[in-house]
Amino acid sequence: MTDILWTNLCSPLCLAFVLGIVARLLKSELSLPRDLYAALSIYLLFAIGLKGGVELSHTSLKEFLAPAMVTIALGCFTPISAYLVLRNVCRFGIADAAGIAAHYGSVSAVTFIASQQFVSSMGYPSEGFMPTLLTLLEIPGIQIALTIGAILTAREANAKKQLDPSGTEEPKPRPMSEVLHEVLTARSMILLVGGLILGFLMKDVGYKPVKPFFEDLFKGALTLFLLEMGLAAGSRLKDLFKAGPALVAFGTLMPLAHGSIGACLGAWAGLSVGGTTVLATMAASASYIAAPPAVRMTLPQANPTYYLTAALAITFPFNLIIGIPIYMSIARWACGV
Amino acid sequence: METHPVILLTIVAEHVLRERLLTEIQQAGVRGYTVYEVEGEGSRHRRVSEVLGSNVKIETIVSAEIADKLLSILKRDYFPDYAAIAYTTSIQVIRGEKYV
Repeated sequence: MTDILWTNLCSPLCLAFVLGIVARLLKSELSLPRDLYAALSIYLLFAIGLKGGVELSHTSLKEFLAPAMVTIALGCFTPISAYLVLRNVCRFGIADAAGIAAHYGSVSAVTFIASQQFVSSMGYPSEGFMPTLLTLLEIPGIQIALTIGAILTAREANAKKQLDPSGTEEPKPRPMSEVLHEVLTARSMILLVGGLILGFLMKDVGYKPVKPFFEDLFKGALTLFLLEMGLAAGSRLKDLFKAGPALVAFGTLMPLAHGSIGACLGAWAGLSVGGTTVLATMAASASYIAAPPAVRMTLPQANPTYYLTAALAITFPFNLIIGIPIYMSIARWACGV
Repeated sequence: METHPVILLTIVAEHVLRERLLTEIQQAGVRGYTVYEVEGEGSRHRRVSEVLGSNVKIETIVSAEIADKLLSILKRDYFPDYAAIAYTTSIQVIRGEKYV
């Protein structure tokens, strides 16, 4: 176990991430230009989509069906379990609990890629259709938590209004269709799903000429991106004090619980050790690219300090440095390797 | 030169609201606007800019009625929960019919 942890810690991804945090702690003026950050995230998401699509064209429906069903089940379970824990154990308000739950229901694409790279480097490559599972997990995850939040905050507001009818005019609620449109047309969704479809259609023949750009440069681009993530996480570290011990405990224990459930379900659905590890990591991860804008728009009452700190400064580093090797150990146990 | 009195409405808000605010002002019958990407800090503190983008500033030249209508929408739907401010300035333009 310590071997795996050490190998992971010395990977370019972890080292670049740690450098980013250290640079922030030293108050360095280092920062990636915003346009480069946007370009890197577009490149990374599109590259996983394309590669996943090409791999999907080799996959039979039979192989894919059980993992897909398990993934959808996980996508429905994780936001609800996260919400219940946040509300009943950590004692957050409805909006904050639903806002944080949306992040934990959704998937962090970067954590996903990091786990894919890690299992390959350990000699357990994951199945080619994992990016398809990523998109399947993403959609119900955000949507369920936001729906819980929207319904319950509306109910709370109505109750308040009945008690005090002279209260100020209530904001016009946003139709759920608008929210769904935002989630489905978010940049990350279009790039991932679009990439999957394009890759599926172009197959190996079409992919070959663009492969040097999208595959050979991938790890380098990812390393640079992780440096930026380190800087972002580093600048949020001081918010840990504002967030409080309950959120820190939630940000580390909830991923372990979701990851363990993901690993058991993945192994049960017949995924390889690599695939099971990646599925467990996806279940354990918290999104900070797709979820924050969706939550900000739909549940503006939720405090961004809580959900961004939890996803970016607690769960992301935890998964990247310690979580992924742990999920791999659980996956090996669950798969009987 | 003959000038006409109109209102310059300026809205500064967090970046996620960009599209929603532009839709609101178009629905209110505004003929044109200018959008700037801006940075800053206010009573709701620094934006979570690394993830959600910085701030957006929208300027539009409108009649007093439209300015009033937009301000009430902002007051009802945006000011309670979002980081947003708005202010009006009385200005003079030539070709007044272009704006109202």
